[in-house]
Amino acid sequence: MSETKQLETVTVNVDGVEHAFPKGMNLVDAVASIGSEIPHYCYHPKLSVVGNCRMCLIEMGMPMRDRATGEALLDADGKPKIGWMPKPAIGCATTVAPGMHVKTNSPLVRDCRNGVMEFLLINHPLDCPICDQAGECRLQEFATDYGRGYSRYTEAKNVKPKRTRIGPRVMLDDERCILCSRCIRFSKEIANDDVLGFIDRGSYSTLTCFPGKQLENNYSLNTVDICPVGALTSTDFRFKMRVWFLKQVDSICTESSVGANTEVWSREGKIYRVTPRRNDEVNDTWMTDSGRALYQLAEAENRLLRYAVDGQPSSFEAAIAASLDALKGRRLGIVASAHASLEEQFLLKRIVEVTRARVFMAYHQGEGDGILLSEDRSPNLRGALLTGLIDSLPAVDLSALDQALTAGELDSLLVIHEDLSALGVSADNLAKTKVVFAGTHSNATSEAAQVVLPTLTVFERAGSFVNQNFRAQRFKSAVPGPQGIASDLTLLETLAALVVGETPTHPDVNTVWQSLSVANPVFAGLDYNGLGSMGVALEPGPLAELPFVETRNLKYNPR
Amino acid sequence: MAKTKVLERKPLSLAERTYLPQIVTGLKTTLVNMLRPSVTLQYPEERPVIPENYRGVPTLVKDPNGREKCVSCQLCEFVCPPKAIRITPGEIADDADTAHVEKAPKEFDINMLRCIYCGLCEEVCPEEAIFLQDVFSVSGYSREEMINNKQKLYELGGTLPDRHRKWDKKKAAELQGAAHH
Repeated sequence: MSETKQLETVTVNVDGVEHAFPKGMNLVDAVASIGSEIPHYCYHPKLSVVGNCRMCLIEMGMPMRDRATGEALLDADGKPKIGWMPKPAIGCATTVAPGMHVKTNSPLVRDCRNGVMEFLLINHPLDCPICDQAGECRLQEFATDYGRGYSRYTEAKNVKPKRTRIGPRVMLDDERCILCSRCIRFSKEIANDDVLGFIDRGSYSTLTCFPGKQLENNYSLNTVDICPVGALTSTDFRFKMRVWFLKQVDSICTESSVGANTEVWSREGKIYRVTPRRNDEVNDTWMTDSGRALYQLAEAENRLLRYAVDGQPSSFEAAIAASLDALKGRRLGIVASAHASLEEQFLLKRIVEVTRARVFMAYHQGEGDGILLSEDRSPNLRGALLTGLIDSLPAVDLSALDQALTAGELDSLLVIHEDLSALGVSADNLAKTKVVFAGTHSNATSEAAQVVLPTLTVFERAGSFVNQNFRAQRFKSAVPGPQGIASDLTLLETLAALVVGETPTHPDVNTVWQSLSVANPVFAGLDYNGLGSMGVALEPGPLAELPFVETRNLKYNPR
Repeated sequence: MAKTKVLERKPLSLAERTYLPQIVTGLKTTLVNMLRPSVTLQYPEERPVIPENYRGVPTLVKDPNGREKCVSCQLCEFVCPPKAIRITPGEIADDADTAHVEKAPKEFDINMLRCIYCGLCEEVCPEEAIFLQDVFSVSGYSREEMINNKQKLYELGGTLPDRHRKWDKKKAAELQGAAHH
């Protein structure tokens, strides 16, 4: 990190004002960082530069030097003379350089943009009323900002293939395509699945899949995100809702320990889509398709929607009373979850302490793809280590718990989220044990449980996860949970307090963080709001040396 | 202290005392109005003539081919000040005649208890599919009855001439195909 402090800066004059930028910064990014804008379509900060849309044309000049002596030439006022390039240059292929002068809004630049917009709109169909991109379309935005406002084109527009399925999750409309090639570069450079390309020439240029191939990799929906127009649209989100109705809330993907930063788009309590949020330390601007589909869990058929005792619907109070009966004065086992948030794990740790329960945990693993899907398929295993819920890496399954149950060492179980029968606990052992299940979806364990305590999904509660790089990241509640279900924090706090006969409080993430920052020096000085939208890298100390299952991926590099 | 000004009360003239001129003036007014054409309508048996640009109940219209013009872009839902409009967008089946339009409303509800007849929905519609026409009187026995669903809206709207034929042209171009292939 010490390198970033010593970053060299260069001074660039943008529209007459001197600004200092880090050396090597792209001009489009540099101008964006001072709150101004160079409009662009094909440039993307995480992809290679091609410079084919010509929208980012600017005027550029450098201080003139005497050819013989190399000394700076000065004008009458004693200021350096600027040699402006005779023609505009594209901003995206320009790196900031010392003394560089840039005009982003001169008459010539405005003329250039106007001309580029007119050419782009010549063959662009009037599909805005039926186009999913409307409302977040760069072409729409720049047409109003920089376009002429009416069309001079009287000939027939080009006809190209429409409504083409180029993959299981992506639709292509070639008439809308402005040939920026972002999707092609993404497939090639990030997803390592080179399936897209242009065919034909001139105004007949058409985006298409290579013969016999499909855009079906697990990152295909990122092409939809980066498409500046409505050429690539998501089949899942297709015609579901206009984006201007949707509310965006920052969240974290729970698919794997990568912890991709996401935005959850919802309207009136219904989630319509999940998109990645830029975080250069975690996921750049990408996320997996499978991670996006997880929003469907919030409205899944098997969602647990009511408290139940012995299979009969009950009230929160009755369910808590029945749970206490199972927790108190028995040989208790607690099955913790790496899907629980840091705050919930911290509260669960309190229950463990007061009940002296044995803690079991499963290490959910799957195949990683080396990009943004890691081998650890839970978002918060490192949180469980940091809160002290577990002190070493858990086993892949719960056979230890099964053995303990077979040996009759435990009378009752408090299970958070996990499905025990899928993790190697036999049905017989489950049946003879008193089980309290707290989770979001019904499974074999919730069927067998005496007490079922429904909880909220990641979209409905607030909290934080610690990802593969020990980065604490917060997620916010995007939609309200099902009616009458208490938050996980309230549930765990109520259990923890009542087990020792205290009066339960109503905790929120902030109050839990107050205790958390005292309990573990790793969290000292931090609070929920302090995590910010980008998260905070923690210093885990010796925990980082544990043999985690993750292998190298986009932002993880094990030593 | 406000000053009071005492006005002198003039005695009535002879004409005023007889009261006859006033009666004659009144009779004249009555006579003039008797001879004028009647403007009273025997509502509801008689109905007023509704002007062309009248803002009555919002309706959905079809084009002369019988195609529903609405493509559920939801701009009217967005612009509606009292939030009376509620649309569920849907997709047109691939084998339909109008498959090239791609999108049509699955459900389209206008809550006439909320509607304020402002006409913004008609003004914003990019497809000229919603019109405030000549129906001005709506009533019902329940709140549900007062919500016009898609079927009711098309019954009220009927068919209006289409000056642009945007989608017909689009289909013709699509059938003709790209010139270079």
